[in-house]
Amino acid sequence: MLNTDKQQYSQLATKHEKKRPILLNCVRAFIIGGLICVVGQGISFFYMFYFDFTEQTVGDPTVATLIFITMLLTGFGIYDKWAQFAGAGTAVPVTGFGNAVISAAMEHRSEGFVQGVGANMFKLAGSVILFGVFSAFIIALIKTSLIQLGVI
Amino acid sequence: MKIGKQSWSFQQKPVISSSATVTGPFEGKGAIANKIDLIHKDLYMGQPSFEQAHQQLIEDACQLTVQKASIRYQEIDLFISGDLINQMTPTNFAARHHHIPFIGVTNACATSIGALALSALIVDSGNAQHILTGAASHYAAVEKQFRYPTEYGSQKPPTAQWTVTGAGFGLVSQTGKGPRVTKATIGRVIDLNQTDPFNMGGAMAPAAADTILTHLEEHQASVDDYDLIVTGDLGEIGQSTTIDLLKSHQVDIPKKKWIDCGLSIYKADQNVFAGGSGAGCSSLYLYSQLLDALNKQELNRILVIATGALLSPLSTLQKQSIPVIAHAVTIESEAI
Repeated sequence: MLNTDKQQYSQLATKHEKKRPILLNCVRAFIIGGLICVVGQGISFFYMFYFDFTEQTVGDPTVATLIFITMLLTGFGIYDKWAQFAGAGTAVPVTGFGNAVISAAMEHRSEGFVQGVGANMFKLAGSVILFGVFSAFIIALIKTSLIQLGVI
Repeated sequence: MKIGKQSWSFQQKPVISSSATVTGPFEGKGAIANKIDLIHKDLYMGQPSFEQAHQQLIEDACQLTVQKASIRYQEIDLFISGDLINQMTPTNFAARHHHIPFIGVTNACATSIGALALSALIVDSGNAQHILTGAASHYAAVEKQFRYPTEYGSQKPPTAQWTVTGAGFGLVSQTGKGPRVTKATIGRVIDLNQTDPFNMGGAMAPAAADTILTHLEEHQASVDDYDLIVTGDLGEIGQSTTIDLLKSHQVDIPKKKWIDCGLSIYKADQNVFAGGSGAGCSSLYLYSQLLDALNKQELNRILVIATGALLSPLSTLQKQSIPVIAHAVTIESEAI
């Protein structure tokens, strides 16, 4: 019979646990995340040169295009393999958000469009939307108050 | 016959008279592919959902086991099996086709050996002639339930394990030719306050160590009595932790005598992090590679320990620690 206590075991378990290679992960995230941004910039330039977009209005079609590409990569099962390598590099840009929505939608397709896809599509991205909108509201509130008070 | 507090010794030595394994495409490229009876080329296995594919795995493995034994389903007295999916639907649904009495059991990834021990006990007591037993898991169905969507790009840590797509089933019979189940030890639930669901090996090591120690103690056996000690899905981290735990209790298992199923199903270049896991992990390896070696008498007495982490996604989110369990059986070849 095993004779060990929680504290003793927790020391042993920590000793054997393989640590995440944080520094390497950061470098990879920086490079891949940066590359995605470069692609995004390229798409922006494309829309500005060949279509009637300005620096202010080009954001929307660029984001839509990036998400469309992500959709294809997720659907063909490539995005998650890149993500294992890139980590935050593929999670932080808008493509990561797209992947979270699309993968959940695909996963729950077998449960039908309403209760499956519809109900589960935002199960990963939902909290990003909630807390994103909420923090934007708070920031806007602070900014408006400061302007009203004449601080900025 | 009961021995000690947690162990049984089977006087009639029930025989594993037939067995079959079925797996998916990724395992089909792995290290034991040539021992597997049926390899599905697609993860969906011709089914509309991953859960139904999971069920298909079980149905195929049962069908092949019965065919190989050259008996009919009517001659089988009991079906004892389980899986990891909510309400155990893959196994429950697969069982509706057989029309044989069924007991569902689930101890997470320790299900295969728990079910085998139970089957051997019932056959040994003369209450059944043939029992069909085993366990299965399906990568996408299990990931969907326990982790993220299959195509979601999350970076897994090096301690994570890969759920095996596979089913392994065997027929435990009173008479016949094949390896014999001679001893069993039923594990107790242990919780040493491990909380990381991405480090199952670290959580399960104490259960493995506890059951191995209890088994050796109660059966008055030593490591030298066995040709091989096989653990289910401890993976790299769980295995090295268990070795240390056992050493501190004066039991030293040499590395060459110890195989972990999760580390033996895949080839080195198939990146499965710390190793394979899942209810199908131990059953796939046991009912293919190990039974083959026992049949050929390359191995004559082995101890198989399957470990299970008894968590759910809900228990993890509610910040509960991970309780774990391990069951062990001794299987001997006909040479003994």
